[in-house]
Amino acid sequence: MNSILLKIKALDASINATPILKKLDLEIQENEIHVIMGPNGSGKSTLAKVLAGHPAYSVSNGTIEFCGNDLLEMSPENRSHEGLFLAFQYPIEISGVTNYDFLRISYNQKQKYYHKPEMNPLEFMELIDIYVKKLKMKNEFLYRNLNEGFSGGEKKRNEILQMLLLHPKLVILDEIDSGLDIDAIKIICEEIIKNLSKGSSLLVITHYPKILTYLKPTFVHIFKDGKIITTGNTELVQKLEEEGYDSFS
Amino acid sequence: MNDTKKKTNLEINQVINQPYKYGFETQIEKEEFPIGMNEDILKLLSEKKKEPPFLLQFRLKAYKKWKEMTFPTWANLTIGSIAYDQMKYYSIPKQKKKIESLADVDPEILKTFEKLGISLDEQKKLSNVAVDAVFDSVSITTTYKEKLAKSGVIFCSISDAIQHYPELIRKFLGTVVSSGDNFFAALNSSVFSDGSFCYIPQNVTCPLELSTYFRINDKESGQFERTLIIAEKNSSVNYLEGCTAPQFSENQLHAAIVELIAFENAHIKYSTVQNWYSGDAEGVGGIYNFVTKRGLCIGKNSHISWTQVETGSSITWKYPSCILMGKESSGEFYSVALTNHYQQADTGTKMIHLGEKTKSKIISKGISCGFSKNSYRGLVKIGTNASYARNFSQCDSFLLGSSSLACTYPYLDIWNPTAIVEHEAKISKVSEEQLFYLVQRGISVEQSISLLLSGFCKEVFTMLPMEFATEADKLLSLKLEGTVG
Repeated sequence: MNSILLKIKALDASINATPILKKLDLEIQENEIHVIMGPNGSGKSTLAKVLAGHPAYSVSNGTIEFCGNDLLEMSPENRSHEGLFLAFQYPIEISGVTNYDFLRISYNQKQKYYHKPEMNPLEFMELIDIYVKKLKMKNEFLYRNLNEGFSGGEKKRNEILQMLLLHPKLVILDEIDSGLDIDAIKIICEEIIKNLSKGSSLLVITHYPKILTYLKPTFVHIFKDGKIITTGNTELVQKLEEEGYDSFS
Repeated sequence: MNDTKKKTNLEINQVINQPYKYGFETQIEKEEFPIGMNEDILKLLSEKKKEPPFLLQFRLKAYKKWKEMTFPTWANLTIGSIAYDQMKYYSIPKQKKKIESLADVDPEILKTFEKLGISLDEQKKLSNVAVDAVFDSVSITTTYKEKLAKSGVIFCSISDAIQHYPELIRKFLGTVVSSGDNFFAALNSSVFSDGSFCYIPQNVTCPLELSTYFRINDKESGQFERTLIIAEKNSSVNYLEGCTAPQFSENQLHAAIVELIAFENAHIKYSTVQNWYSGDAEGVGGIYNFVTKRGLCIGKNSHISWTQVETGSSITWKYPSCILMGKESSGEFYSVALTNHYQQADTGTKMIHLGEKTKSKIISKGISCGFSKNSYRGLVKIGTNASYARNFSQCDSFLLGSSSLACTYPYLDIWNPTAIVEHEAKISKVSEEQLFYLVQRGISVEQSISLLLSGFCKEVFTMLPMEFATEADKLLSLKLEGTVG
């Protein structure tokens, strides 16, 4: 029997007093893949940011439970420690900070949260090396500044490296396909599926139906005007491709 | 979620508003001059310090020039009037007898330096750094003098040098920064009380890092120190200066001069970690820091490098410069200036290219928080004879919060068509998106900001000598991190 990872109930959220999410309901159990599709501006990315705790968004109504805890009461960093991972549409570049230092600090913060020993740079080298090899990345990747000058594909791959390192329970992919060509999308999707921790679930936000061929979703949700209007399986996508978002209401 | 935003802003404020750790005052018996300045005070000062007559003449000449000069107003600074006649120009801890060893130093003063993390006891001191400790107007002690003497290096207080090496002083003092160079240089040249002197003979690589630690303790006295470093042919030296002062609600004046002279193939690397008291959150009190620092690359292929980390002072007015006279000589300037609350900094450099194929590089990083004002002001001058001279300048500013100000004033003065001069400037803010990315990976807001800033300053910090790079990092995080201190 799978247990519930995420439970969103009647969620209203806004940015700068403009309502974006309206009475949104969504439930995700362990080992599921949910895909949210919708037209531009329908609030898909807002959902990802609200879940991760972006300070610009405010929640006026509704509840979000994450592994039985009140997510809205948790700080953004604690949401991360508790296993919520957002793979960014456009990962941020930070100069002067090496990817290696960033990864180690991130890992150690989680260790600290669980009262486990932190790793010094040498110990961490052994750990990260395993994941770097697993993703067939080059070692020099670690010593470049965080995401600086990375190609679109490299940035996404770096997000997966972080996912491997942090073992999240819920992975949110926000438009993972933007800025990637078809071959790269395929490889990235396969790697995400292959490297998901046991029991983890995926919430995929996209408006690109092609990605679904690689992900085999449990549910497909059509998102419009801040809420889910239809839920189904991959057959929904076919209808979407033929008739567009306007056919759903 | 609104609360989260408020919390983020609150945390940012906590991070950048750390209290000043060095604000204590040491209670000691002092010997001081009456308030104010005139020729008699200068004569008394010179007599007190048993100076040779040429030095008194030097002081009096400077005083005459100073009296005719006016306060410079071109900097992007708002400065209250300074009552020069209400100030004490000499204040030294009272000594019962001549200081022969550390045992003769007032234990209160030793404790002060211990508290500042500067141990003057050679047993406990970092084994590869020699320290000259200056307390108000006088040098307390210089460590490792003997060890240095073995290699021919002279490192002592400038007062000692005036007495023991008058010929060197007569030959070099005021040759790089003349006594009438500017208002504050003239003031310093007339009343300077102490400072460090360093002489590296030909073909000697100084076996230790040299360091001077300046401490202003007295409430009403100004500090006017003078540093002179001479590196003879084929020699090299690394030098660091550190500064702190107690917390008073009055402003204190600090007007220093540093002169560097590098002969053929000589290398001087001068690093400063400046943490004078910067005033309180409302901008009351703090040090007025008006400093003239200049290096002369007189010899062929000589090299002078300035690195500064400026975090303190209510007002900083400072432009460490290089005059590149020798053929193929080179100058560098690496700077991090952090201002918070109502601090004001107008700082930068001058690179004066006079010789052929001279090179210079400027990397300046300004960080402004609170209501502070942070300006970079730099001049690159290429003289008519400086064929094939090159300069590269990069000036980056970082704004934290929305009430601070960052300005860049690059001046170029090019008189030779073969010169190549490049300038890059960039202003950035901590973006909400950067912070969001880092906190999503489990890194707290506080740590994220300090990570972003240390990344921003990295190019400069790597230029500091090993021993002090961690100190500077600590100092910056002290101002930036809630957990430290």
